[in-house]
Amino acid sequence: MSGASRVVAVLAWRNLWRNYRRTLVMLLAIGTGVWAMIFMSSLMRGMTDQMVLNGLAVLPGEVQIHHPSYRNDPSVVNSMSAPGGDLLAALEKPPVTAWAARVRVPAVIASERDNRGVTLLGVDPSAEQPLGSLPDEIVEGRFLADAGDRGVVLGASLARKLDTQLGKRVVIMSQDPQNNVADRGSRVVGIYRARLASNEEQFVYAGRDVLQEMLGIGDAVSEIAISAGDYRQVALWAPAIIAAAGPDLEVLTWMDLDAFLASMLNLQDGFTLILMVVVFLVLSFGLVNTLAMAVFERVREIGLMQALGMRPSLILYQLLLESLYLLLLGLAAGNLLAWVTIKPLESGIDISGVAQGMEMMGMGTTLYPALAYQDMLMSTVVVIVLGLLASLLPAWRAARLDPVRALNKT
Amino acid sequence: MSAIICKDLCKTFRQGEEVITGLDKVSLSIDAGEFVCLSGPSGSGKTTLLNAMGGLDRPDSGEITVGEQRLDTLGKGELADIRLNSIGFVFQAYNLIPVLSARENVEFIMQVQGVPAAQRRLLADQVLAEVGLAGMEGRLPSELSGGQQQRVAVARAIASKPRLVLADEPTANLDTHSAAQLMDLFVALNQERGVTFVISTHDTRVMGYARRLVRLQDGRLISDEPQQPHTMAQG
Repeated sequence: MSGASRVVAVLAWRNLWRNYRRTLVMLLAIGTGVWAMIFMSSLMRGMTDQMVLNGLAVLPGEVQIHHPSYRNDPSVVNSMSAPGGDLLAALEKPPVTAWAARVRVPAVIASERDNRGVTLLGVDPSAEQPLGSLPDEIVEGRFLADAGDRGVVLGASLARKLDTQLGKRVVIMSQDPQNNVADRGSRVVGIYRARLASNEEQFVYAGRDVLQEMLGIGDAVSEIAISAGDYRQVALWAPAIIAAAGPDLEVLTWMDLDAFLASMLNLQDGFTLILMVVVFLVLSFGLVNTLAMAVFERVREIGLMQALGMRPSLILYQLLLESLYLLLLGLAAGNLLAWVTIKPLESGIDISGVAQGMEMMGMGTTLYPALAYQDMLMSTVVVIVLGLLASLLPAWRAARLDPVRALNKT
Repeated sequence: MSAIICKDLCKTFRQGEEVITGLDKVSLSIDAGEFVCLSGPSGSGKTTLLNAMGGLDRPDSGEITVGEQRLDTLGKGELADIRLNSIGFVFQAYNLIPVLSARENVEFIMQVQGVPAAQRRLLADQVLAEVGLAGMEGRLPSELSGGQQQRVAVARAIASKPRLVLADEPTANLDTHSAAQLMDLFVALNQERGVTFVISTHDTRVMGYARRLVRLQDGRLISDEPQQPHTMAQG
C-alpha cells in the first residue's frame, strides 16, 4: 500500500467514527437490510427447495429413463428391459448415488365399499430407500419388506376414501401387455402419510416382483429413477447417462419432466436478486444521506486537503473507502445476524395454519429455511456494488470542490 | 533567481449583480529567499493574490510563474502536484485535520508524496521539535492551544522542505505572544533554510518582520518597497 493510500485508509476509518452515533444508526440499517435480504432469500429458497423436492418425491430421482412412448401412454405396453450393459455400469458408478427400477402403471383399486383410479408403483424398497422416494411416514402397519412382498401400502387419505383399513383386502386391477385385465387381491399391510395429501390419494405401493408377475412382463420395468444427491447439479452428470442409455430409451432430467418446477427454480433466483436490489434501494437513500452529510460537515477539511496537494482522485477514493468500510461492517453484522437467526430455524417452521393453501403450490406443512452461501455472496455483491455506485455522487461532488471556496466555508 | 513572477494578473468575482475586482493588473516579482508581506485593508486583494500564487485560484488573465512553472496554464491535478511538492501553506484558521495527531498532520504531505514511513516520522518529529512542540507529537488538534495548532500547521508547511511558504493572515487568531513566537519562527526558517516567505496580513506588527512590503488596495498594487525588518518586541 502506498503512503497516499495508507493515509487515505486511515482518514476514511477515523472519519467513519467521528459521528459514531450516525455511523451506528447506519450500520444498524445496513445490517438489518442485509439480514432481511438473506432471511427472505432463505425462506424463498426453502420454499422452492421444498416444492422441487416434493415434486421429485413424486417423480423420484433427478433423472428418469423411460420407453420413448411411456410419457404419452404410461401403460404397461411401454415398458423397457431391466438395465444392463453400459447403462448398468453407468448407474453403478459416481456421481450416481442411488437408482431404482420400478413398475409404474395406472390402475384401479377397489375395496368392498368403493374404488378409485390410482398410480400403482411396483417397487424394490431397498433400492428406493436411498432415493428418498418412499412414503414419509408409515402411520399404521409397515412398509413393504422387499420386492416380493405380496401386500400393498395405501395413503391414509385413500384408505379413508375407500373406507378400508390395515389388514383388509383390496383388489388392484390394471392391463397386461395384451390389453387383458390383470388383477389380484392384496392385503393392506401399511398406511402411509405424505407431505402432500394429494400424493396419499394417488400412489399405491406394491412389491415390484409381484406386479411384474401380475402383469406378465417378466423383469421389464416402466421407469428407472436415478439420483446424484443435488438436484441443482443434474446438468453436469445427466449427459453420461444419456450416452449410456443409447438412442432407444428416453432419458430426461427432472427439469424436462416438470417444467413448472424448473421455472420455479429459475424464478426463485430472479426473485432473490430483485428482492435484494429493492431492499438495497431503500437502504441507499440512508447511505447517500449519510455520506452527503459527512461531506457537508467536512467541506473545509476537504478543501484543506486539496489545498495541501491531495489530488481530487484521492479525495474521491477516500470517501468511497469510507463508504466501503461502512458497507463491509454492515454486511458483516447482517450476515452474522442472518446466520444466527436462520440456522436454528433450519429444522423447520410449522406453517400448518396455512398449509392447505400452500399445498396447491406443492408445499408441505413445514417450511425449512435454507441458508445458502450463494445468497450471502449475492447480497454482499449487491450491497457493495450498489453501495459504491450510490456513494459515487456525493464523493464525486466532494472531489470537485473548489479549494478556495471550501476553505472559506463557515 | 525569481521564486514567483506575476504579470498583469486580473481577477474578478461576481457577488449577485455586482462585479468585484479582486486583482487589477498586478505585476510582481519575488526572488528566492525573500521575506515579503502583502498588506492592505480587507478586500484589497491580498488573499486573492496569495491564492493565485499558490495555484489555489486561477486568474482571469495574466501570467503567474512559480519557480520554472507557469501555473495559469495547468489543470487541477497538475496544480495539486505543484502545491504538494513545491509550496507550503499556512492558513488563518489553523486548518489541521482533526482526526490526525500533530505528528500525523505534519506527516500528511510527506505521506501523500510517498516518503517512506521511517523517514517521514523522523522528519516530522524533528520539525515539531524545531517549532517547540517536542513531546506533543501524539496530541490531537483538539488537545492543543490555538498557538500550538498554528505551529503544527507551520511544521506541516515546512516539513517537506518546500521552496516557498505562503501564509494567509497566520497570526489573525493568535494572542500577541503566540504571534511573536510564530513570526520569529518564520524569520528563523527564512534565514536558516532560505525558504521564500510570502505573508498576507493587515497587522502592522507582522509587517514589521518583512524585508519587503507590498501594499494592495482595491486589487491594485499601490506600493512595493524594501524595509528594515524589526520584531514585535521592538514595536
